[in-house]
Amino acid sequence: MEFTHTDTRRMLADTIDRYLRDKYPLAARVEAGTAEPGFQPAQYEALAELGVIAALFPEDQGGFGGEGFDIAVVFEELGKRLVNEPVMDNALVPGSILAAAGQSDAVENIIAGAARYALAAEEPQALYDLTDVETRAEAAGDDWALTGAKSVVKYASGCDGFIVSARTDKGVSLFLVGADQVGLRDYVTVDGGRAAELTLDGAAGQLLGDEGAGEAMLQEAADRAILALSAEALGIMQTVREMTIEYLRTRKQFGVVIGKFQALQHRMAEMLLEIEQARSAVINAANALSLSGAERARIIAAAKYSIGRIGRLVAEESIQMHGGIAMTWEYDLGHFAKRLILIDHEWGDQDFHLARFIEHGHAA
Amino acid sequence: MDLNFTQEEVEFREEVRSWLAENLPADLARKVRSDAPLTKDDMVRWQLILHEKGWLTYSWPAEFGGTGWGPVKQFIFEEEMAYACAPRILPFGLKMLGPVLMKFGTKEQQDYYLPRMCDGTHWWCQGYSEPGAGSDLASLKTAAVREGDHYIVNGQKTWTTLGQHADWIFCLVRTSTDGKPQEGISFLLIDMKTPGIEVRPIQTIDGGREVNEVWLTDVKVPVENLVGEENKGWTYAKYLLTHERTNIAGVGKSNQELARLKELAANQKRNGKPLIDDPFFAARMAKVEIALMNMEITNLRVLAQAEAGGSPGAESSMLKILGTEIEQELTDLTRRALGRTAQALTPEADDPGFNGPYVAPEGFQNASGVYFNHRKTTIYGGSTEIQKNIINKMIVGL
Repeated sequence: MEFTHTDTRRMLADTIDRYLRDKYPLAARVEAGTAEPGFQPAQYEALAELGVIAALFPEDQGGFGGEGFDIAVVFEELGKRLVNEPVMDNALVPGSILAAAGQSDAVENIIAGAARYALAAEEPQALYDLTDVETRAEAAGDDWALTGAKSVVKYASGCDGFIVSARTDKGVSLFLVGADQVGLRDYVTVDGGRAAELTLDGAAGQLLGDEGAGEAMLQEAADRAILALSAEALGIMQTVREMTIEYLRTRKQFGVVIGKFQALQHRMAEMLLEIEQARSAVINAANALSLSGAERARIIAAAKYSIGRIGRLVAEESIQMHGGIAMTWEYDLGHFAKRLILIDHEWGDQDFHLARFIEHGHAA
Repeated sequence: MDLNFTQEEVEFREEVRSWLAENLPADLARKVRSDAPLTKDDMVRWQLILHEKGWLTYSWPAEFGGTGWGPVKQFIFEEEMAYACAPRILPFGLKMLGPVLMKFGTKEQQDYYLPRMCDGTHWWCQGYSEPGAGSDLASLKTAAVREGDHYIVNGQKTWTTLGQHADWIFCLVRTSTDGKPQEGISFLLIDMKTPGIEVRPIQTIDGGREVNEVWLTDVKVPVENLVGEENKGWTYAKYLLTHERTNIAGVGKSNQELARLKELAANQKRNGKPLIDDPFFAARMAKVEIALMNMEITNLRVLAQAEAGGSPGAESSMLKILGTEIEQELTDLTRRALGRTAQALTPEADDPGFNGPYVAPEGFQNASGVYFNHRKTTIYGGSTEIQKNIINKMIVGL
């Protein structure tokens, strides 16, 4: 058994950490998160140059990683500094689908940071269920015509194209749709960033992979996204942990630092042990990407469930232990807490994944 | 045992309900129902409507122009206000300072300030917390030094709710450093227009602007603005906090939020079924509903005791803890029920005349903000940890 990362991955983590520490101030991130396009394009390009995106793809697709632990290392580092560049939404998720569909030019451009795509899968009526698809695709010559609506597509504005799930007679399929074919209404997100409601009215689309293979392709992408989100959450939790420890050590009330109060000591200890549980869930999920079937599905679901539950605990307890100061926009903690809570709203919340875990347990 | 309200109380509830149905402006109810921000004008407008009816001072004794209602009627009134989605009555003047002046103020102070906090002349805010004095309020440092007919006040107050609208602030200030910290505190009324006062907004994590810092630099306050005796302010502050507690459980508000949540969950779908039938979500809702049912009875037990002339002890702290935790859980479930759409920030949906399309269902566009904003409830007014200390002190006695 070996629970340390390889030298290559440790170097990658150090490189990202050093870059973000020096060049990615939180104030600029928060400001970018309330305006258009919701992130900092120059930072996104710099991260691509650093190899952050290439680390998410295997060598035969033009990257230098692509395994579960590569994804985990990258996103944990991004989480620590609350990075809201669209690395997951515009690169990891669409890139892995495009790679599976043999779109190698697009993948190369994604890795270089020169092109951005977004997956538009979830629909307004569907609570996290990617198989609940009402968008229709009708054959139109060599192409397809898509009609329907997709909800909360993150970082949609400015994308070069969209991967859209739609139903045909053979079930759910994925289509590549040009940016000029869709209607977008975009808005700020609560955790800092941007998303859009996307509408399709006979939009021209190109089939990706086989017709009817959409659900399996989506699930593959979802597993990667869930791992990335879980690792991001773990990174956030570590920063929150450090901020809270620091506060307990310095804030004085009743003549002593508040960390002297046993009521708070026990709560902090609870938070610390739960964060270790979250770390184990992420390690388990990173490893599971090399597995298949119900075993993999259960471990991925377990990770997202754990992250949802522990994320809420860490966000709420850290605010409570800080007191009023954590309620302010000016203090960093609140921004970390918001992202931590909203991670539970992406790619299925804790209840959704608890149900999935049970379901796949019966199948196993 | 009889868990029912009396016939008179039932009729009173009916009277309040029908009056609210006719007199609560629809635009205000709509804003409150969707958790949209209220303007100063909104709040003052509603206050004046209540004042005209004579119900603004629903918690005051008749001798000071109040309704003279007992605790049960006050509770029924508060509950109906919550069900109707009426804007909350701001507590700072009417619920906090008012009772202190009635008990400890001079006749002149009562005659001058009490009517003005009702008719919209004076908007009051509270100057208690300081950056270094939160849970440990008695360690406050804002100093008032007597010079002839005036006090000269220097210091900084924080978390001043809606202080940006305020005409007056009641402040706890330090007038002595002898003895225990509690023994050198005085209670001062300060006109916000006095030179040397600066109000700086504090933006909260949900992006809202309801709290402020108030900086005081060489602020001259006439000695007649002292309430009661010098260095006795802590006694008055504690008295004030007991009044802040009477509706602390927020039973009506939580019942209203629960009803809204059920309606939302009936319309949202998970795996093709209404979310309200999803076993995990249904269990979460059931647990909070059970806690709320229990708390409602606890609250009525306390009311019955108060109606009979008793004063609540540790129960106030219990209700504050329970009430705020239930409220927080409801805001958590509401955001949860929205799924992905809880992430969208679309304040334009609150604008009059906005007709969609909505990202989150109509009336729920601020759910995440409300959830984050409500983290404050277990921190303010004596944090949950402080309440637990009080409960222990009163019951365990160690």
